[in-house]
Amino acid sequence: MDMTGEQRIAAPRQAVWDALNDADALKAALPGCEEVNKISDTEFSAKLKLVVGPVKAQFSGQVTLSDIDAPNGYTLAGQGSGGAAGFGKGEAKVTLTDDGEGTVISYTVHATVGGKLAQIGQRLIDATAKKMARQFFESFATYLEAEGAPAGEAAAPPAAAAKVAGGQGLFWGMMGVALVILWVVNH
Amino acid sequence: MEAFTEKFGIGQPVRRKEDQRLLIGGGVYTDDINIEGQVHLAFLRAPYAHARINHIDTTAAAQAPGVLAVFTGRDLEKDGVGRVESNINLKQLDGTPIFRTQRLALPTDKVRFAGEPVAMVVAETAFQAADAVELIIFDADQLPAVVTARAAGAQGAAVLHDELPDNCALHWQNDTPDAYDAVAAKAHKIVTIALTNNRVVPVPMEPKCCIAEMDPGTGRLTIYAPFQGGRRIQGAVADLLFDGERDKVRHVSDNTGGGFGTRSKIYPEIIAVCYAAKSLGRTVKWLGDRSETFVSDLHGRDQVNSAQLAFDADGKILGYRLETLVNIGAWVTENGARLAIDGGGRIVGGAYDIPVLYYSCRNMMTNTVSTDTYRGAGRPEANYIVERLMEKAAHELGIDPQELRRRNFIKTFPYTTQMGMKVDCGDFAACMDMALANSDWAGFGARAQRSQAGGKLRGIGLASFLEGAGGRPEETMRVQIQEDGSVNIICGTFSHGQGHGTVYSQIVSEKMGVPFTAIDLIQGDTDTAPAGASGTYGSRSSQMGGVAIIRACDIIIEKGKVIAGHLLQADTAEVTFEAGTFSARGGSVTMAEVAKAAHDTRRLPDGLQPGLDETYHYTRDGGRDDQSFPNGCHICEVEVDPETGAVEMLAYSAADDCGTVLNPLIVHGQVHGGVAQGIGQALCEHTVYDEETGQLLTGSFMDYGMPRAHHLSHMAAEFNPIPSTNNELGVKGAGEAGCCGAPPAFVNAVLDALSSLGVKHLDMPLTPNNIWRAIHQAKAEGETH
Repeated sequence: MDMTGEQRIAAPRQAVWDALNDADALKAALPGCEEVNKISDTEFSAKLKLVVGPVKAQFSGQVTLSDIDAPNGYTLAGQGSGGAAGFGKGEAKVTLTDDGEGTVISYTVHATVGGKLAQIGQRLIDATAKKMARQFFESFATYLEAEGAPAGEAAAPPAAAAKVAGGQGLFWGMMGVALVILWVVNH
Repeated sequence: MEAFTEKFGIGQPVRRKEDQRLLIGGGVYTDDINIEGQVHLAFLRAPYAHARINHIDTTAAAQAPGVLAVFTGRDLEKDGVGRVESNINLKQLDGTPIFRTQRLALPTDKVRFAGEPVAMVVAETAFQAADAVELIIFDADQLPAVVTARAAGAQGAAVLHDELPDNCALHWQNDTPDAYDAVAAKAHKIVTIALTNNRVVPVPMEPKCCIAEMDPGTGRLTIYAPFQGGRRIQGAVADLLFDGERDKVRHVSDNTGGGFGTRSKIYPEIIAVCYAAKSLGRTVKWLGDRSETFVSDLHGRDQVNSAQLAFDADGKILGYRLETLVNIGAWVTENGARLAIDGGGRIVGGAYDIPVLYYSCRNMMTNTVSTDTYRGAGRPEANYIVERLMEKAAHELGIDPQELRRRNFIKTFPYTTQMGMKVDCGDFAACMDMALANSDWAGFGARAQRSQAGGKLRGIGLASFLEGAGGRPEETMRVQIQEDGSVNIICGTFSHGQGHGTVYSQIVSEKMGVPFTAIDLIQGDTDTAPAGASGTYGSRSSQMGGVAIIRACDIIIEKGKVIAGHLLQADTAEVTFEAGTFSARGGSVTMAEVAKAAHDTRRLPDGLQPGLDETYHYTRDGGRDDQSFPNGCHICEVEVDPETGAVEMLAYSAADDCGTVLNPLIVHGQVHGGVAQGIGQALCEHTVYDEETGQLLTGSFMDYGMPRAHHLSHMAAEFNPIPSTNNELGVKGAGEAGCCGAPPAFVNAVLDALSSLGVKHLDMPLTPNNIWRAIHQAKAEGETH
């Protein structure tokens, strides 16, 4: 199935892009995220605990990044496996564009799910994914505010960028896994 | 004596003796059974519809708490577990035999449908087994999947079995098309139709489950599982796991929560559970959950039909051409690839005289769970096609639909169909007249006007149908009169809703004058089922088992006469038997007295074996071609809301000829059940696989539309019994007739309702969405013209 979505964040594009470098922010913002591991600059793995209706499982996901064009966007391919609960896999294209003072994050995803997740959770996936996306963006915005820095400076602390090199990929990888697994919005 | 035969004999509306126990929760289903020391099994099911298996890593699962063993297909292969193969031996016109699959219970090479079991864990508790399944790493490369019969035949479609590059397991044809083409060439009118017969999930109330109890002392395995007749599962497990030694395997089932054909088949899960029990020397219990039942129970229907009838200028059928694609799923199962041929083919032209037939049936393999017998098994599909076609033909020919049917009904009997079936009797016009009267067809116009005043569209639809019932042409029954005069009927047929305990007792009560309440049914155990007994499927138990009972009773009565003669000091030839009493020379003894004497060797004539215990193996004279042919006419009345597309069923009149009615209460129930199942398919049941991924999207009751009480109206069932000449009870199987009549009657009614809006075609299921779309499409087409 295919889906598209966008979200406005009240921060400049560079700030949003850079904030995505902060692994703690991603982990905090992604509902159910338990673990993030960087395998290489373009490959990541993550663990998420997901509940879709009656299907509860820990999903292990791998994400590969390509077409990285900081701070404008990239493509990611991800797949997540939840053992007996099923799997999700797919590809997402992500772009960041200026919108006045803020930034619009747009994504298009082509994803498939299988196993119990498709069989039982299908009808619930939309709602769950929407809820997760909302939770993520709320938490993400809160994180930016809590940093307390003016939007333009959010990117400044080098420590944040140093924490996880290529972390912007990490964010989309993580979100991508979630999106992909959950067959987000409007399939 | 007469009092109870009047009340409990053949033809009486006797209440089912089974019901009290079932209604108070006294039934014993497989999950109610727990055996000391049992361990639990859970399956890992493939998340992919089509994938090549690289590796199944069971290391972590094997070390999980409580786990006794983890098995994959490799283990089964190593231990020489046999593979399930269909015994269908149909051939293509050029002599090529059907393609048969050899299925190992857990596959080693590929998975071919989403939900196919690929590994299993046995643990001390069910939760431990389920948790350990999560730890199995299933490494497989996904392959493109194909889920519809049409797509499976397309160029470049995914191939399920390497040996079958075109995915067509059997392209069967009754003949070349030449004869049909010749009559079509001179036809006054040719009417065509293209239909989809939607796939349904059988969903019996009891999910698939199994307990395999291993007796370490004897090495004997007892299987407790819902099943429609244990001989088959006994034979299969013996063949696959015990080198064919049947006495090593016993099957027991007290109650089975719904069969519908889907519980008559050998499932890989059952073989796998038995294998685990045998390997571990333990009793292993597996309870499949509802979602496992959805993905892995054999489904029903799923055909694409292209049909045409050639008519002469008088509206008489000259020939019938039918091309069918059947989606038989991922494996060639027991009956899937023959349903449309041996099942639907029996009565392919319905109630009509078809002088020339061309029938082509392609059985296509797809990445879906296989389809196989489901209530009606090919006959509802065949009747649906011809009834939709007749209705359309009537409109195109400008002949009243009832009149067109009357002109073409089979009227002389016996009638041999183009498929070689000998239809012995019937009066299709009489059934139609009965249904027309009962439905007050004549008053429909006034009712339609009332509906119109309320903003609704009312429609009425009719379908005549012909069924072919009986299945396997042999069955064995044992009738045993005990010392106290009570009777046991010991059988291998299996009542899972049919009321055999009641109907068989009525037959024995009537035949031998024994009190109805003194008769018990002993079923569901291969240790007691007589040799040659089969099972319950194909609407056969009364016409096969019932006749075997009659004949066993006859032998008992003959022996009883010998004993009675001895007791009455008369020659055997002088003894007469009537209503439970043997009489000779002015004296008489009851069956109970004779039974008592039969068990007392001092009171028996010299050389006569004690007991009144006879087993009869009945073989139907004409074999498979000489079945019984239930038939009827069903009329349905509906109201459609043109704004929403919602259909309300308002009335249903069934006029059925199911031969001699042994118990009208039970036969009414059979008709109601069959109609409800047919309406379910026509109205809301629909099985959807994702065409890209092959995932089952209608895999739960949230997404699969089961019919509910509010979807149905009152159903009036009446009988026009014309006794079958193919068995001495005169019965014609009643269990599957309802779902032959209901789908076409219902769909024809909705088409009638929508005719004023220009809707000319609909495919099942008639959900509000589908009807709304059809209304708007017709509107758009009307505007462009």
